[in-house]
Amino acid sequence: MSVTAPKKLSLKERYRILTRGLDWTTTYQEPAKVFPHAEFEGIKIRDWDGFVDPFRLTMDSYWKYQAEKERKLYAVLDSFQQNNGQTAITDGRYVNVLKIFLTAITPGEYQAHRGFAMLGRQVPNVGLRIAAQMQSLDELRHAQTQIHSCSHYNKYFDGLHSFSYQHDRVWYLSVVKSFFDDARTSGPFEFLIAIGFSFEYVLTNLLFVPFMSGAAYNGDLSTVTFGFSAQSDESRHMTLGLEAIKFVLEQHEDNAAIVQKWIDKWFWRGYRILAILAMMMDYMLPKRIMPWKDAWEIYFNEAGGALFADLARYGIKMPSTADVANKEAFRLSTETMLTFYQMGHASGFHSWLPSEDELKWLADAYGPEWERLYLPRFKYFRELEAKGEHYYNPSLPQLCQVCQIPMFFTEPDDPTKICFRDTVYNGDRYHFCSDGCQHIFENEPEKYVQAWLPVHQVMQGNCGGATIDDVRKYWAVEDGEDNYDYVGSPDETMWKGWQADRLKVGS
Amino acid sequence: MHIDIKAASLQQKRQAYKHLAKRFGEDRPASRYEEGTLDLAPETNFHYRPLWDTDHELYDQSRSRITMKDWYALRDPRQFYYANYNITRAGQIESVEHNFDMVEKRGMLSAIPAEWVEEISFYLLPLRHYEWGANMNNCQITALGHGAALTSPTCFAMGDRLGIAQLIGRIGLAIASNNETALNAAKDAWINHPDWQGVRKMVEDSLVIEDPMELFVAQNLAFDGIVYPLVYGVFSRESDRRGGAAISFLCSFMNEWFEETGKWVDAVIKIAAAENDENKALLKSWFTAWESRAVAAFKPLSVAVLGAEAGAQAIADVAATLKARAAKLGIA
Repeated sequence: MSVTAPKKLSLKERYRILTRGLDWTTTYQEPAKVFPHAEFEGIKIRDWDGFVDPFRLTMDSYWKYQAEKERKLYAVLDSFQQNNGQTAITDGRYVNVLKIFLTAITPGEYQAHRGFAMLGRQVPNVGLRIAAQMQSLDELRHAQTQIHSCSHYNKYFDGLHSFSYQHDRVWYLSVVKSFFDDARTSGPFEFLIAIGFSFEYVLTNLLFVPFMSGAAYNGDLSTVTFGFSAQSDESRHMTLGLEAIKFVLEQHEDNAAIVQKWIDKWFWRGYRILAILAMMMDYMLPKRIMPWKDAWEIYFNEAGGALFADLARYGIKMPSTADVANKEAFRLSTETMLTFYQMGHASGFHSWLPSEDELKWLADAYGPEWERLYLPRFKYFRELEAKGEHYYNPSLPQLCQVCQIPMFFTEPDDPTKICFRDTVYNGDRYHFCSDGCQHIFENEPEKYVQAWLPVHQVMQGNCGGATIDDVRKYWAVEDGEDNYDYVGSPDETMWKGWQADRLKVGS
Repeated sequence: MHIDIKAASLQQKRQAYKHLAKRFGEDRPASRYEEGTLDLAPETNFHYRPLWDTDHELYDQSRSRITMKDWYALRDPRQFYYANYNITRAGQIESVEHNFDMVEKRGMLSAIPAEWVEEISFYLLPLRHYEWGANMNNCQITALGHGAALTSPTCFAMGDRLGIAQLIGRIGLAIASNNETALNAAKDAWINHPDWQGVRKMVEDSLVIEDPMELFVAQNLAFDGIVYPLVYGVFSRESDRRGGAAISFLCSFMNEWFEETGKWVDAVIKIAAAENDENKALLKSWFTAWESRAVAAFKPLSVAVLGAEAGAQAIADVAATLKARAAKLGIA
């Protein structure tokens, strides 16, 4: 065979040949049977080939890049374990952030892994399918590396021991689980907008700040190394989310109305989850990064504002409920924290009151109205604690039918009044924490009436029994270890022991 | 000699996550495979029925007719989790790169007789579409299979099949001096050539299999169990004989991969079959049906490459080996 000098191929050409050529239009089976999810949501695609692959990553390069990152990450994890890196964090309280991370977020990564596998099979375009498949692999990576990076903490601290089991059962974890269940039970385009765009693109930074910057600020070498290692995956995911939404919007003008409805829904669903992150930033990280409202300003109002300005040419507007989120910005973390403080007996992590210094930091950040509304409550709780009467709320809270958070949020324009909304569907009355959640319900009531609401389930006797002890057992929350205040907890005792040992003369 | 480093040792409260200790029956340290796999998928208390499958929960073992008391019994003997999976593949890809470099430097492809290059293009290059079908099928099992012990390795297999499809694509580019001509001709053969239609129909039929375990048996045992020994075994040896050893060299990853992955496929099927008689009967019926499809589908190609007699013998030999393998798994 006579071979002429090989033709020079650009990376783009090479990628196109190696991927786009793989697909074919099936004829022995109808394409509609091979891709049964493609059309039922009403999204119109004129030309699937119009999707531009954002990364052009072939599998061999994927293996090489990812292997290199894993080698570095696991070297650090090994070193962290060998040298007891957990003793170098700022304070034992910090580990409670990891408890929330591992029980709430890690199982969410797993759900994203399975959801992107579904997308990677169901979308009738080879480029989008490959991008989704790689994201599916990445999300499995994140779930596993998070489990591995928290593993060493679990050997010493309470509250990390049963993360996946608890994710299926514990009341506040159903907030996150229902979010991912909601996305995964939707069609492929809604999943893409929900996770690929709204979550990954619009809200990921707000997730990364409290966890990863939080880890960096608080001496958690294990978690922060995961964070740096996941950064390049995350930027790929963000790019995919943005390219995908633009593709859908460019394909047909009728798509904009459907997409806008999903953006509104998933912005609000995602924002509600952020409440717990706001609490972490303002109350749980021993060394604070910035107040929640500043993070919200930077990562949502500024970055998100620019994004929605860019999408305006497709007729896409800022989510309708963004103004409510802005009104809540100064009180979101505090309303959430005050609830968890009272539910310490029924939680898998510790809560505690802020110190004087921390209250001053909060007052400086949030201003006079915050001081007027909340300082008296902290003062009151502190007085009770001083008398040995830490307040735990013995009742079960009413939950929002959609976001599943207890009804503790206040009226957008009146922070002294709890916000209640309700609607009747098929003869039953359903309750909501906000207009945002009510609208989501009213768009798809047949979906949200199915919700597995933890409080209802406890009341119906489906969670182990009638007493709080029974239910804690069902949740795998170890009473007297995982729950109640940090002060007086086994975690605190251990931490104080380590600190005392630091200065002792060696034996 | 040994240098002693004194380090503070701290009292551990527990050795492993509790769901693992419960499985182990003791609190002992867990491997990273165990930590990253066992009990990872949600099991209960699902919120909403899927809009795309209202008959099932989001995670639902009744999607398969196979029943398992514990789906986490289906362990991967390679103990792959994301990190060691990628590190293993990255190492193999380094060898592949080395092989491509060497073949190019020594001009080994130009030494292959032209008529044999034609033959290679005909039997090897259309397989990238077969691999793409295998990618979709493992992706489907990842989306809908039960338990992370099964679905994490299928996710890795999904990546593998894309990687192999692209490797075949690279060979197609290499033998055509980086022109698309050979790959375009191969796609045309995949779509239109009579010898390929049995294979394409079989692959398309597999894309609509609903039971994830049936799909697993069809793709990973029945189809692959014919394709890999036939193409990367028999055809490769023929290629060596006809002056195309360079191609076998470039395909050495496929042999390595098939041997490694087969251990996992066998473990899954063996354990599922041993679980109960109903499983065994189902797995057997699926295997028998899809294996005979695969044998019939690949026979024309075997004949085209090796001639009528040798071709028929080769496919019979490959089928006999696969049947013996299935017998060892308890499903023959």
